Order: sequence, then C-alpha cells, then structure tokens
Amino acid sequence: MGEILYLILVDPFVQMAELPDFFLQVLWEGFVSGILYALIALGFVLIFKASGVFNFAQGIMVVFAALSLVGLWEAGVPAFLALALCVLVMLGLALGVERLVLRPLVNQPDIILFMATIGLTYFLIGLGEFIFGGEPKTMITSELLLPTGSHAWEVMGGVVIFQEIDIAAAVIAGVLMTALGLFFQNTRIGRALRAVADDHQAALSVGISLNQIWAIVWFAAGIVALATGIMWGARSDVSFALQIVALKALPVLVLGGLTSVPGAIVGGLIIGVGEKIGEIYWGSMIGGGIEGWLAYFIALAFLLVRPQGLFGERIIERV
Amino acid sequence: MRLRQALLGAAALAVAAGAPAAPVLAELYVPLLTYRTGAYAGSGIPIADGMHDYLAMLNARDGGIGGVRIAIEECETGYDAQKGVECYESTKGKGALVYNPYSTGITLQLIPKASVDRIPVLSMAYGLSAAAVGETFPWIFNPPDTYWDGASAIIKYIAEQEGGLDALEGKKIGYIYLDAGYGREPIPLLEQLAQKYGYELVQYPVPGNQMQNQSSQWLNVRRDRPDYMVMWGWGAMNPTAVKEAAKIRFPMEKFIGVWWAGGDDDARPAGEGAKGYKTLNFHGVGADYGAIQDILEHVVKKGQSKVASSDKVGENLYNRGVMNSVFIAEAIRTAQELTGKKEVDAVDVRRGFENLNITEERLEEIGLEGFMKPLQITCEDHSGHNPVYVQQWNGQRWEPVSEWFEPMSDVVRPLLEQAAKDYVQANQPWPERAEPCE
Amino acid sequence: MLYRETGQFRTSYAADQAIFPLRQDRIGIAAIALAAALAVPLLADDFFLNTIMIPFLIFALAAIGLNLLTGYAGQLSLGTGAFMGVGAYACYKLTTFFPEVNVLLLILLSGFFSAGIGFVFGLPSLRIKGFYLAVATLAAQFFLDWCFNRIGWLYNYNASGAIEVPTREAFGIVLTGPTATPLARYMAVLALVALMAWLASNLVRGRIGRSWMMVRDMDIAAELMGIRLLRTKLLAFAVSSFYCGVAGAMMVFLWLGAAEASSFGINVSFQVLFMVIIGGLGSLIGSFMGAAFIWILPIVIRFVPAMLGLDVGAATVEHVSFMLVGGLIIFILIAEPHGFARLWQVAKQKMRTWPFPY
Repeated sequence: MGEILYLILVDPFVQMAELPDFFLQVLWEGFVSGILYALIALGFVLIFKASGVFNFAQGIMVVFAALSLVGLWEAGVPAFLALALCVLVMLGLALGVERLVLRPLVNQPDIILFMATIGLTYFLIGLGEFIFGGEPKTMITSELLLPTGSHAWEVMGGVVIFQEIDIAAAVIAGVLMTALGLFFQNTRIGRALRAVADDHQAALSVGISLNQIWAIVWFAAGIVALATGIMWGARSDVSFALQIVALKALPVLVLGGLTSVPGAIVGGLIIGVGEKIGEIYWGSMIGGGIEGWLAYFIALAFLLVRPQGLFGERIIERV
Repeated sequence: MRLRQALLGAAALAVAAGAPAAPVLAELYVPLLTYRTGAYAGSGIPIADGMHDYLAMLNARDGGIGGVRIAIEECETGYDAQKGVECYESTKGKGALVYNPYSTGITLQLIPKASVDRIPVLSMAYGLSAAAVGETFPWIFNPPDTYWDGASAIIKYIAEQEGGLDALEGKKIGYIYLDAGYGREPIPLLEQLAQKYGYELVQYPVPGNQMQNQSSQWLNVRRDRPDYMVMWGWGAMNPTAVKEAAKIRFPMEKFIGVWWAGGDDDARPAGEGAKGYKTLNFHGVGADYGAIQDILEHVVKKGQSKVASSDKVGENLYNRGVMNSVFIAEAIRTAQELTGKKEVDAVDVRRGFENLNITEERLEEIGLEGFMKPLQITCEDHSGHNPVYVQQWNGQRWEPVSEWFEPMSDVVRPLLEQAAKDYVQANQPWPERAEPCE
Repeated sequence: MLYRETGQFRTSYAADQAIFPLRQDRIGIAAIALAAALAVPLLADDFFLNTIMIPFLIFALAAIGLNLLTGYAGQLSLGTGAFMGVGAYACYKLTTFFPEVNVLLLILLSGFFSAGIGFVFGLPSLRIKGFYLAVATLAAQFFLDWCFNRIGWLYNYNASGAIEVPTREAFGIVLTGPTATPLARYMAVLALVALMAWLASNLVRGRIGRSWMMVRDMDIAAELMGIRLLRTKLLAFAVSSFYCGVAGAMMVFLWLGAAEASSFGINVSFQVLFMVIIGGLGSLIGSFMGAAFIWILPIVIRFVPAMLGLDVGAATVEHVSFMLVGGLIIFILIAEPHGFARLWQVAKQKMRTWPFPY
C-alpha cells in the first residue's frame, strides 16, 4: 500500500526533479498541443456564443479546410493563392450553413441544432472524401513559408528541442486570437455580435441582422479551422483521422465555459499540459494510453466545482 | 409503424433488385473487402488498388484464370467491423470464393463463420496468428508469415546488428503499437523472447483515437532512451510516428516497423527526417517486374485502375495488394488443376490454398521472378514462417538493407499451437477438422 | 374514418389503462407482431435477417434505452456505445463463468452490470447539465473504451484482444456462435426486444416515467414538487444503461459473433443518438422508426447503383452515402424537428378525419 502511495504521490515529482530538462520539454509539448486544442475550442466558442449552436462540425471543418488547401495546391494552384481560395471556400461554407441549416432551424431546441451539426459533419466527411479522396495528404508547410527546422536549447544539464513549426503555431494562434479579440471588441460587427450573444431579441429590435452575424461567426470559425488545420497537418498529416483529435476540444470547451473566449485558451492550456504530465508521469502506472480520457476527467473534476466551467456565464435557474 | 413497414419494404425491394447481379455462371466471383474511406484509408487505398489491378490485369491479359473471367467486386468496410460483416453477408450469397478482410477485427469475426459457410479466408500476414495451425483452422490461411514471425524476425535482426543474440542482454527495446487487437498480438512473443535473451521490453500503446497525437508516447521514448524501437502501426498512426521519431531525434536506423508500417506514404511526409527508417518486408518493391509492367499496360494505361497516378504502381503497399491477389489467383488455379473443372467453388478454392505451391518456376511464369520467395502451404502449416528482409527508407523509396532471413520458427510454432489450443478451449465446441489432408 | 375512436367506450379502469386502448391500434400491433414473428421468418432470406432485421431490432432497443434517458428524463448522453460495450463484455464473462446457463438469461443479466456502470457515470448529472453533461458522458465513453482495451481479464487475456462468442444454447436450440442459424437468432432478438419494449412502454406511463418527464421539463420545479432528483436521475441512467447493455450483449452474441473495443466506439453512440432524434424524442415507436431509418438507409444506398446498373466504385458509394445521410438528417430535422413520431401522429390525425377533413 505504502509503495502504491509512493508511486502516486512522490515518485512522479522525483522524476520531474531528476530530469528537469525533460520536464520542460513535457511542458512545452503540452503547451503546444494545448494551443491547438484552444484553437479548435475557439471555433466552437465563437459559434456557441453568437448562435447557441453547439457546433460539432468544427472538427471536420478543420479537416475540410486543410484538405481544400492541399487539394488546391496539388491541382497546381500556387500555395498562397490556394490559401486565399481556401478562405473563400470557408466563406462559402459559412454562407451555405447559415442559409441552408441555421435559418430553417431557428428557434429549435439546442439538441436539434446539435444534431444538425452532426449531420453536417457526415455531409462534409462524404464531400471531402468525394472531392479529395481518402488518402492522407502532406501539408504544404514549406510552400507556405512556414519554418520546418528545430532548435535544441541546452539547459539544466540537458536539451529541450523546439520545433520551429510549433513556435510558429504558437505565434500564429496568438496573433489570431488577439486579432479576433480586437475585432469583436472594437468593430461595429464585433459589438453587434456581443449584442446578439447577450440577447437575441433585444439585438433584433435594435436592427442587428441575426443572419448576417451568424454567417460572420461561422466564417470566423472557418478561418480558425483553417489555421488549426495547417498547424496540425504540419505536425502529423492531413487525413480524416484528424477529426477524432478535434474531439479533444470538447473537454477544453466545457472546462473553459462554453461562452468564453479566454476560457477556451486557458482551458486548452490546462488540458494540454495536464494530460501530457498525467500521461507521462502517472500514465505508465496503469498501462499508459490514458490520454484518450484523462482530458475528460480533468474537465469533469473542474465541472463538479464550477458546473458552468471556469469562465462560463453563471447558470441562474428560476422556476 | 406503417412508415417502418414501407421502409422495410423498400429495403426488401432493393435487396431483391440487387440480387440479379448475383451468380452469373462461368465467372469466378472474388469480393474484395477494402477501405478507401476513414482514418485507415491511407494504408487501405494502395492495397485495394494493388489487389484490384492484378486481378483486372489477369482478366485483360489472359481472360481470367484458366479461361474463366474473374468477377471482382469491392465492398467498402471503412475498417469497421460492423460494415465488414455486412459486406460479408451481402456478398457470400453470390458464390464468393475467398475473403480478404484486411482488418484484424473483421478477420476475427469471419474465422468462426468460415467453416460454417465453407468459404476460405485469406488473411495475408495479419489476423489471428494461431490460424496458421491448419489442423484447427482448415478454412483460414495467413501466409507468408504471422505477426509472431514478424516480431521474432525483428528481434533476430536487432540481434544481428548488435552482434548476436547474446548481445541482446541488457538492451532496452521499445514497442510502440496501435492499441487494438492488431498491435497487442505480438506482445506475448516479445515478452517471451525478452525473458529468454534478457532484453527489456518497454511498451508504448497508441489509442486508436490518438493516432495523430503521439507526442506523449514519444516524450516517454525520449525519457526511456530505448536502444531500438519496434512499431506495429497502421493507417494515420504510421506517418505521425515517423515524424515524431524524427522530432525527438531518435536514430532512425534503429526504428523498425512491421511490414504494415511500411507504406511509402508513411515515410514520405516526414521528409529528410524519415531517412533511415526500416521496416520488414516479404516482397519486392518497385515496378520492375513483368506482371507489374503488365498491370501498367493492360489496366492502368487503359484507365481501369483507381490509382491516383501511375507512379503509385510499384509502391510497397501496392505490391502487397498485388501479392495478395497472386495468392488468390494461384489458389484458384491450383483448385482448377486439382478438380479438373474450370468453374471452381469456395470449397475447391480452400483445397487450392492448402495445396498452394508457388515455386521459382511458377514465379517466373507469372512474371514475378525475385518478387517473393517460393512459398508452399501445407495442411499443417497455413502460414509457413517464410523468409523476410529488412528495407530502409532512403528519402525517396525503400531499399533492401538485409538478406532474406528466416524468422525464429522454432520459437513461434509452439506458441502458435498453444494459441490454437487456447482458442479452441475458449470457443467450445469448436468443430473438428472434417476436411481430409491431401 | 379509418382511425376513429368514436364508439369505443372504456367501461373499466383496466380498459382505460390498456397500452393500446383503441381497437385499430390493437389490430395494427397484432398485424405487425404477426408479420415480424411469422411473415419475416417465412419469407426473408439469411441476408435480410442478418443484415437488416437483427441489427435493426438491436439498435431499436438501444435507441429505446437512450430515449428513456434523453427523451423522457432529459439527460443528454453521448456514452451509449460504451454502455453497450459494458453489456457485451459482461455477457462474455458470464458465459465464461456459467457455460451451462440459458444464454438469453445471461444476456438479460448482463444489463445489470451496465446499469451499475451507468449509475456511476450518472452521478455528475446531479450537478452538471445540458451540453456540459453531454461532454461529461463522453468521459464514460472514452474511459470505458480504454478499459475494454487495457483490462485483459475482460476478454480472457485473448492475444487478439477481442471477445469471440462461444456456442451456447437456450431451450435446446443453438442461439449463439457460428452454428446458430440466423432464424433462431432473429427469433431470440425479436422476443427479447418485444419483451423489453413492452416493459419500457409500461414504465414510461407509470409513476417513474412521469417523474422522469417532470425532471426533463424542469428539474427545479420537479424538485420543489417533491420529486427526489438524485433518485430519479440516477434511476434514469441505470434503466437506460440496462437497455443499452442488453442491446450491446445482443449485438455481439446474436449478431456480430465477435467484437473488439472499437465496436463500441463513439460512432455507435452517435448512431443511436441519431436514431432517437430522427425517430422522435420521448417516443418509443419513434425509436423503432428512427432505428429503421438510420440503419437501413445506408444499406439501401449501397444497392441503388447496382439496381440502376451503374458501375460506381464502392468508395464513391460510401462517400455519397455519407453525404446523403448527413443531408437527409438535416432535411428531416428542418422538415420535422420532432421526428418520425410526430409524423406518425399527424398521419393518425389525418386518418381519423379522412375522407372528410374539416
């Protein structure tokens, strides 16, 4: 018994202290995947905030955006033109979803809208494979002028290896989040969006077009999906299996609170770092591979204390 | 409720209308369970293309096998066991001669059905290792090697690099695998060999939903610093693993995958970083074989293949598919010779498999000289512990870096027999072998 | 005219409480029962039984299970696949321990294990609600998946990590394993599903079902009116998981014949959820209709090109099938958000006034 307690309570920290450089590496890896989780979660939050739709299709939008990019490039379009066209594709998707799915389903219960986005997921899987084929593709990292090298940083008697693409991912994610933040804070559309998030009817009554706002947030979520797709595609490759990884954004989402942009970022980092540390220092005790569910348990633990997530709006219930 | 009936009626109609496509006489009906969709499509597509194209080539060049055309039908499984069983049920009534599930999960479901429905299952170098014991599994064939052969071959190769089996003492060997039946199968053998030769086995499972998110596993590898890494990966897991290995600067020439982790698209995405990565193989790569040139000429150039471009022909997994179809074609041919009739049925094809003998001369005849080692299947041994070799990725293509060598069949065979006994024990009453040995 | 209740008087409490108080309903249900128990076995071939009827009934049962939880008690769950897995693995262990016992009994018993696990994972529902809860149930899905993979005892340390169904009998007939005929398996599935659907229909009409619906409509109000939330919600989780567990055990033992952890993945959860939503939340008959639609549609789509004589690749058909299923789901949600059950009600109303709608 004492031995088990030692393994759980003491040994992991001894390990951390023994190999500080390795611990730093773990933190960095957790940070990078946390950023990527946060990006996916950000797409969810934007849409949930503005329209109350729990957009399950965010994961497949990531795949679809990345596939379109690589597909266009493979068809002979120059990389940056392909990127621009991809933005147009996401715009078309946003308009299509708003017109064909959201508008007819306005005022339906949440679960119906949720199911509609799962239907959308199936549709996009079929469409993506139909157009681009099912084979995994290699992300055009260097064509997009993204760095691919790596740096070893000697510290504390060891090395920490940084991938340039990971650093780029962190920078791009930071820029994207800041830009979105500024956009929603300081522009007319941004203010309209926040008005819609607060109260649909009040927003309507002051002349804000709900449909327009929805199309804009879906477009913004599409841009975020494109960025995520490029980053994650560069880390592994672009295939439909990525969609499963995107499920990781769900615990991030509930941990941060469904309606909070900072929540998505903080939640992403907590989950990213937490699950890495958990897997590496505690996971091997029970056979490893616990990353699949650890994130959900971390989120669950937080939820039991704060049922609305870290930054979510307080749930007030009245009879 | 009426709606339900209407739907059922519609389904029944659809089924009935689908049926006439069934047994047209004078055809050899070969259903191919393939997957070109889903998370494993990256590995599934080249194999599906290779399997299809070789059979289509036989149709175009020779008019089929023994003058009887082959009816090829692909059924999409998406690597999903439910859909696989659905494919099986929907095609078995059409006189299917043999099944190639291309998924360990689907194979396991077909194993008990095979002897009842009397249709052989060819699980080429995958599926249940114990199925090599022909006495217990007369309907299942898994040539040329089982996973345990593969695992023992990798250990043997590592020992050779280190200077003999004794040099394994005290070494640390990491094993990264897809956390499913497929990846877990070799573990008992690797553990047994670890005891015997004194190396330490460290396991790194990769859950199916984490295939593209392996940084934890590779961080652990970095911490544990194993001397060698062995990989049992499939689908999107492979390219991610190769990339991650390159990222932590693991010496790639000490990273060895099983034959299924050796797609060209598994190594290529990692670019320069993948140079040196090794996998096992049991057939040649490249298009410099007569039969493969024939495929290019009769099938690909005529636009009857689904390959994305003709340079995909000759890639490793494409050739794997071709080899699979060679087995099918040769088994059918053997069955035709044994029975003297042209239109063989599934029972005959089983006999054909059991008497399969692909000699050097035969390989030359079918235009695959040097493509694979001669292979013979016997009544007792449905797999054969055939020689394998190690190939290495040079940044562009696979190159052989070792001679052909035998797996440790003396270690594997007793394990296989024990596993077959366990299987029978767990699945009582398991039918006794009713088919005579020839 | 066709569906008119006029003139059918209920003269006793028993008559008033009948499941099918209307003569037309009784005739209809008898006809369906006859068709399912006689016509299908006589007319259908093995393919129809194996690929359509057996999975359809099994999924219908799972959909009823989820509907009890989501449609009646209002708790959204994305862990159905895993709960089905618990039933399947429990049944596998039970058949290992008690090889002589009637396998149908073991299938029903395995539901209790699933109910226990469902109870545990239902605990957060007391504090967490809505989508937050849905994500919490995903924890069950992924954790149980991991258990099915990692705990060797569950699959008897089988090297392949799969559970393979042994040959077992009930009432002297081989029901499971490769030698069981599709007909025998179909009849067993039909009997179990009919029994459990009947139980469910009584459950939701009674005290328990009504308290679930109160919780669904507003749990605080229900609590104020004296419903004990703890008990009610956990009971919903347990009963729902029981149904899913039995469905899972049937899926492996009476349909697939072998299964790996991946057979109970998140896709199964979504599939069943679709059945519930498309069929209609809070409707048992809807669960059947939803299961029929979601299960049979892709199969029909597969056969369409062959029917039309088109030579389309298997993969293309699959892509189109994905697009069609996705598109149709959205279409049905737009056309009738309350699912087929609502359409059925509308149809009944039409039949009642036909041919003189006023």
